[in-house]
Amino acid sequence: MLAGLLAQVLNGVQYGLLLFLIGSGLTLIFGVMGVINLAHGSLFMIGAYLAFAVAGATGQFWLALPLAIIGGAALGTVLERLLFRRFRTRPHMDQVLLTFALILLFEEARSAVFGNQFHSVAIPAGLDFSVPVVGGFRYSAYRLAVLAICLAIAAGMVWLIERTRIGSAIRAAAENAAMLDLLGVDATRIHRLVFAGGTALAMLAGALAAPLQSVYPGMGDGFLILSFIVVVIGGLGSVAGAFWGALLVGMTDTMAKAYVPQAGGIAVCAMMAAVLIWRPAGLSGRG
Amino acid sequence: MAVTQGDWAMGHISRRAMLAGTALTAGLARPAIARDVPLQVGTMLPFSGTYAALGENIFAALELAIAENGGKLGGRPVALIRLDDESDPAKAPANVNRLVERDNADVLVGTVHSGVVMALVQAAREHRIPLVIPNAGNVAATRDLCAPSVFRSSFSNWQPAYGMGRALAARGVKQAAWVTWDYAAGHESADGFRDGLRAGGAELTHTLTVPFPETNFQPVLAQIGGLGVEAVGAFFAGGGAIQFVKDYAASGLRDKIPLCGSGFLTEGVLKPQGAAADGIQTALHYGDGLDNPRNIAFRAAFKAKTGRDADVYAVQGYDAGQMLAAGLAGTQGDPVATQALAAAILATRIDSPRGAFTLSPSHNPVQTIWLREAKDGQNKVIGAAVKDLADPGTGCKMAGA
Amino acid sequence: MIVASRTGQALLGVAALAIASMPFWASSWHMQLVSTALVGALLALSLQLLVGGTGLVSLGQAGFFGLGAYTVYLLGSPPVWIALPAAMAAAGAAALLTGTLALRTRGFFFLMTSLAFGQMMFFAFHDTGLGGGSDGQFIARPFLGFALSRQNRPAALLLANLTVLTIVYAALCWLMGTAFGHALQGIRSNENRMAAMGHNVQRLKLAAFVLSGALAGLAGHMSVLTDGFVNPGLLDWHRSAEALLMILLGGIGALHGPILGAFALTAVQEAGSLLTDRPRLIEGAVFLAAVLFLRHGLAGRRR
Repeated sequence: MLAGLLAQVLNGVQYGLLLFLIGSGLTLIFGVMGVINLAHGSLFMIGAYLAFAVAGATGQFWLALPLAIIGGAALGTVLERLLFRRFRTRPHMDQVLLTFALILLFEEARSAVFGNQFHSVAIPAGLDFSVPVVGGFRYSAYRLAVLAICLAIAAGMVWLIERTRIGSAIRAAAENAAMLDLLGVDATRIHRLVFAGGTALAMLAGALAAPLQSVYPGMGDGFLILSFIVVVIGGLGSVAGAFWGALLVGMTDTMAKAYVPQAGGIAVCAMMAAVLIWRPAGLSGRG
Repeated sequence: MAVTQGDWAMGHISRRAMLAGTALTAGLARPAIARDVPLQVGTMLPFSGTYAALGENIFAALELAIAENGGKLGGRPVALIRLDDESDPAKAPANVNRLVERDNADVLVGTVHSGVVMALVQAAREHRIPLVIPNAGNVAATRDLCAPSVFRSSFSNWQPAYGMGRALAARGVKQAAWVTWDYAAGHESADGFRDGLRAGGAELTHTLTVPFPETNFQPVLAQIGGLGVEAVGAFFAGGGAIQFVKDYAASGLRDKIPLCGSGFLTEGVLKPQGAAADGIQTALHYGDGLDNPRNIAFRAAFKAKTGRDADVYAVQGYDAGQMLAAGLAGTQGDPVATQALAAAILATRIDSPRGAFTLSPSHNPVQTIWLREAKDGQNKVIGAAVKDLADPGTGCKMAGA
Repeated sequence: MIVASRTGQALLGVAALAIASMPFWASSWHMQLVSTALVGALLALSLQLLVGGTGLVSLGQAGFFGLGAYTVYLLGSPPVWIALPAAMAAAGAAALLTGTLALRTRGFFFLMTSLAFGQMMFFAFHDTGLGGGSDGQFIARPFLGFALSRQNRPAALLLANLTVLTIVYAALCWLMGTAFGHALQGIRSNENRMAAMGHNVQRLKLAAFVLSGALAGLAGHMSVLTDGFVNPGLLDWHRSAEALLMILLGGIGALHGPILGAFALTAVQEAGSLLTDRPRLIEGAVFLAAVLFLRHGLAGRRR
């Protein structure tokens, strides 16, 4: 029983950290640019399909990770340049509709390029074994590796945001857009950087998740809602808030699914409602 | 065009072409049955989304069966209408209306998704249009909601799981658990598994569920080790099946508690499952290496037509065509003579690649459930789990049932 | 938000008469298609009270729509004079409960909270046996008060949907002219000023939210009456987003915008499915074009 619980905690942390990769980009894009991006889940899906394509063509899964980052940054730059820049000052409603249209178009493009089958990405050869964790329950080495990678990225992001010049500019922008001009920073550059970075993180998360779950149409949908909940719980524009929010969501979701499966979907939404009633602007308290 | 004359070589009509045809016939009364008027076969299948591959195989095999019947059904030329249902139950009523009201379909074939199929069953009951279900296994279609005009060429969810339960019990297993998505098909298969175990003196002690269509199985896997069961059966399909089998192996459970299941656990997904699936036994009404001449001929013809290997879905589509041929032959091509059509189908022994079968009084196949073992990318048949198994058909109130 | 001018209302009236005459000249398929558009219009109109009327962008409207539909199922399809008020009451009550909580937040947070509550309702029907499970259920349509044969059903349902939409539209036209309506418009343009002027902004917003929820429940009831079918997909957030699209297509600045938008969207979807095997491509492209170039919707530039 205790062993089972420990295993569930591990599952919750691993799931939560993956959510953090998606949610941290989302929270920065909203915090800094004020844009709601419903297509963020589609970017996750694109990352997973990229991993599928790269692993299939070259047999080198690891190659997919840098490619997801580079490709994500490129795609993010293009999207920001062509569309999102113009929607910064538009009402939320227009942003919702723009990004809903993007979901439809990304799904259709995915269907045209890859078809509609479920695909599977093999776990990279070096990590295709499992490690005994507790009480005879074994845990996949690749899952542990994903956990480590996510933690490393989270640490890197905190360092970037808290300790560097560009990070302080991003924090300032999330705090108050007008501050940027006072600091003498080019706001457009910050926007492009944040959007490209967020897209890259979502695609990296997709690539990392590909061997853990099948690659299939609409796979980003579930992650989209959960990562929005992460953003709201954590507070807009707060990377640290997104981190704790992601762990909370990952843990709640895993525990609910394990012990009260019928309430699996409701539990996370209920938790978010509870947090908002307690702190209407999320845990980090701004907004 | 809707007025395609006689020639099967025209193939199916696309919806685009139908548009012109409907515009011509809109408002006109339906013509009386004439032997040279094409029979409109409305197929509603998933051609996009998760189940697209299943829909394509069913459709191709249905075309094959009709072509082998001289391109005719009941002596009438055939026009196949192809409608994508997207496996979206919310769009199902509108899609069925498209076939029935807009395209004036004479007979219906569909579909894969068990929620969507309910709209077809509803229409078949209301409009008395003959319907053949080439996959969806919800038990209701041939139990509470059975109707003289509703037929199934596939299976009921109860059947394969019952076979698996019987096979486990026969091997001496006393206690087993069932893992499934939390939806109707999963629960119906759990009932079958339980009944099969009981029939052999064993017990189903736990049913674990995962919300549909979640593929994060870690929470349930962490519980299985502590259940104290001798075997675990599972009902998952498609991407869920791939992931569950891989995760089950990775969690180290495979060497302690053997995994088995309804055949869909390893159907069409063995390649991505890889070594994780080796040795998994499943039960289904079809399998690889069924050594009968009918099967060998069918597989060759299907391969020649599509370039793909036939699977259980293709067999179900093929047999849907055979059932329509048998029924309409009995009514000289009149789809409205429901009683005569049903009588003709029920009187026929369908010569299926899975092994010949007949229909039960509630219109579900009475068929052998094969026990298969996954090896080298194939679900090799290793014997019969249950011979000539009929779904109980509980609650079917139909004259003659 | 404007209410259509006299000429505009007259044009809407002519369109309604044209629809009412469909039983004399249209196929039953086309009547069913128009019924679908009418139900969509009703849902979008209920949401317009929040979006265009009060300035609250909600992404959970489908929850109330589906709840209204499921109420009919859970009551075992009673006659329409019981089913209809029950659906509205159930959806209104749910809106009262969730609105009390969700309206504590503003802007983006309100959008997300409404989405979360909508998804909670979705999961309640999707993951539990409460509403017959994830596959949905076919049910007998509520009794309309007179016997319906299969042949005249599409026409009767078309007229029923048209009547309900007309009544709701007329009622909302009247409502926007009352002091309550003006107060909602005031909140939309400047919430703080309204509060400073002594209005109880929270109460007003909650009243609009509950009314909007009840009307969405009414739309859900009409959907069951039309299709005889309930499914968790009715509560899916994609449907909420579609209702927003109808408003945007038709014009966020006009009360009749959502009606135009619902017909435009239904036409786009139908054309998409007839013309290509990739309807989402057409749909997505139309939405993208609309949001980029049609900023004031079909109802025009005025506001």
